[in-house]
Amino acid sequence: MAETADSGVKERAKWDNKAQYLLTSIGFAVGLGNVWRFPYLCQIYGGGAFLIPYLIALVFQGLPLLYLELAVGQRFRVGSIGVWKSISPLLGGVGIASMIVSFLVCIFYNTILSWVLWYFFHSFQNPLPWSQCPLNENRTGYNVECEKSTPVNYFWYRETLNISTDIETSGSMHWWLVVCLASAWCVVYICFIKGIESMGKAVYVTATFPYLVLTIFLIRATTLPGATDGLMYLFTPKWEILKNPQVWLDAATQIFFSLSVAFGGLISFSSYNPAKNNCERDAVIVGVINSATSIYASIPIFSILGFKATNVYNSCRMENILDLTNHFELAEQNITLENYDQWFDHLNSTYPDQVASLKLRPCDLQKFLDQSASGTGLAFIVFTEAVIEMPGSQVWAVLFFIMLFSLGLSSMFGNIEGILTPINDLKLLPNWIPHEVKTAIICMICFLTALLFTLSSGNYWVEVFNGYVGSVPLLIIAFFEIIGVVYVHGMKNFSDDIYFMTGSRPNIYWKACWMVISPLMLLVVFVAYVVVQAQKHPTYPTWNPNYDEFPETKVIPYPDWVFGIIILLCVVPVTSIPLVALYRLIRRVRSPDRGDLNNYCNEGFEIETQEQNNRRT
Amino acid sequence: MLEKILLLFCLSSALAENLCRPDASNGYKVRLSIKRALGDEAYVWNQDEMFLFRATLAFAMRNHLSGQDFQVSNILVCDETPRVSFWFIVTSPLDATRPVGKEDVEEAIRKSRSRINSAFLLTDQTLEFIGIIPTLAAPVSPDTPPWLIVFGVVMGSVGAGIIVLLVYPVVHKRLKKDEEEEELEEEEGEEETRRVKTMENGAAGDGAHNLSFTDDERFTQM
Repeated sequence: MAETADSGVKERAKWDNKAQYLLTSIGFAVGLGNVWRFPYLCQIYGGGAFLIPYLIALVFQGLPLLYLELAVGQRFRVGSIGVWKSISPLLGGVGIASMIVSFLVCIFYNTILSWVLWYFFHSFQNPLPWSQCPLNENRTGYNVECEKSTPVNYFWYRETLNISTDIETSGSMHWWLVVCLASAWCVVYICFIKGIESMGKAVYVTATFPYLVLTIFLIRATTLPGATDGLMYLFTPKWEILKNPQVWLDAATQIFFSLSVAFGGLISFSSYNPAKNNCERDAVIVGVINSATSIYASIPIFSILGFKATNVYNSCRMENILDLTNHFELAEQNITLENYDQWFDHLNSTYPDQVASLKLRPCDLQKFLDQSASGTGLAFIVFTEAVIEMPGSQVWAVLFFIMLFSLGLSSMFGNIEGILTPINDLKLLPNWIPHEVKTAIICMICFLTALLFTLSSGNYWVEVFNGYVGSVPLLIIAFFEIIGVVYVHGMKNFSDDIYFMTGSRPNIYWKACWMVISPLMLLVVFVAYVVVQAQKHPTYPTWNPNYDEFPETKVIPYPDWVFGIIILLCVVPVTSIPLVALYRLIRRVRSPDRGDLNNYCNEGFEIETQEQNNRRT
Repeated sequence: MLEKILLLFCLSSALAENLCRPDASNGYKVRLSIKRALGDEAYVWNQDEMFLFRATLAFAMRNHLSGQDFQVSNILVCDETPRVSFWFIVTSPLDATRPVGKEDVEEAIRKSRSRINSAFLLTDQTLEFIGIIPTLAAPVSPDTPPWLIVFGVVMGSVGAGIIVLLVYPVVHKRLKKDEEEEELEEEEGEEETRRVKTMENGAAGDGAHNLSFTDDERFTQM
């Protein structure tokens, strides 16, 4: 139940049952990245071999950080800002940094969800709108841009995004994207309207539905022709790739971002737990389920990609067969897919000039399997293309996009929680505003800020945010979190806290990870990440129909002012950490006997005195 | 006399054969992909089918150039291949040595394309006239884009949900307040009668009536 409205003391909200808490945390951790980032990484980094650095990163970096966040949230029973202020007022900036990062991630993440909604709305048509090219103006042929690329690409870049040629050309806001964005924010609002009361009920659906859909896809996908090629390609381990340090770096960053630590959301969620709850078991459950989901999701994804590659390969060969049959006037179906190679060799040896003049396309299954994609490219281009060729396309498209939407929505809950709880703790908005109105104000501010992404250059901005907001600041915040808890709060105090909550002290594995291994890994990952990024001026792919090699994307460097914004996005969230520390130090120096830095300042008394004031007036 | 007629006949047929040849300036190449279109139900291409083709083409020419009586013999066919492709040329019904212009033939075929296709159970892609591009079908565009309908349904339910969730507690509270007031009035009424009854005791009627033991539900709303 939420706060009791009659009495003056506000009780902290709490979960209806343990299942809600676990489902919410799992839903937060399991997001779009599990479906469209992990399979891609698995594929480019040698299939089964990638699991080794991935699991090592999970065990030595992911699980300790997760346990740490859940434990401090449950112990101090306040949101992220309150927790760090309680540990040491000098660390208050860590919470503010989490809040800023959560806000920035919120706005672009929900934009991606609005695109998912757009595709979902369009999946109820026959034929699917991305399966054919539209006609040009005088109806003599197909639209030129669509002909040169593919109908799927055209639908994504032109009809959905109406993308401009580079990030500097902003274009105008597109009403259909604004409408979809408003719908996405309305859905988030309705789930969050009563705080964790309503959200806790929504997660029963949003956290479990993706698993149902993934299972359905798994059954369907493994029966498709070509699925085994895709799966073999994915899981065949290429051991020598482990010598490349980039693999280890990507595994560590993938685990880190996949678990959604350092956003502050997990701290808020566990703060609604009862004081004595086994958070060690919760952390292990959430971490293991998150990784298991990634691996489970990659099976249907890769079966479908294998099916798609096989289809492209077969249609490539069918085209060649048709060309050969037509040119040499052979009877129909003399050349089939099975005897194509023999016929080709025979014709090539007897009439090499004629065969060369036909300019047949080289069809290589490996090359088609290599055409991997991650992120929005996987969902909106590769997958939609595969869905067209499955019988009953509309059903699969609808299921897929609902699954993506629930995955993203449950992650959005964590992000919003990472903004709302600190705002409540900081008392930025006065108490007399009801909770529903506060949530509405936050959603409205996020929606208005996200209108930037509905411009023609919106997709380029989403990529900027995606690449830089959710990377460097989080590493820094997590590093300060772990140092703050282990060295400022003290390992002994923390062990006592855990003993109080779970009934047993943390064992040597946890202690070793917290004190040495995880901070070291975070530092190494951070330094390596910055070094790799700083080595070259960042570039981005653009969709330019006037490019010579269209439909290849034209890769151009970011202009300087965008580069400046990138630096700002990385730096501004974390500036609050030194700023707040400095501010507190100055105040301590100025008024040393005020005593507001001690641990005796308990918020509980403040509320009562306020209440007494209210009663008097 | 007989020889002259024979010579003319031979000459005309020879000329006719010369008219129809691959890459003829007034001829078109046709390619049929029967197995691709019909699969197991494909028919075998033989001279009877060829006769049907020539007849259909004669029909198409008659349709376009009304008044001219094209016959099957005006459609000359040559260079048949196992692919089922051949060249044809159309001669004028008035003079068998004179071929009909390419533009007329093209126009005639375009007009009657669907009839020709359906005579052979084929489509624009499987019955190809090399050089005559099929006109593309106009796309079906409904008045309301279907996505707006789905959007309307989803957003309508979400909006209704928001309103219900926001308004219901307010209405609920107001209803409860009304109930409380009513019950309070009833309580006071009871109190008075009780006071009247226990006037003799005196002590029980004095002091404030303690409501906390009467109705538990009203106060513990947890």
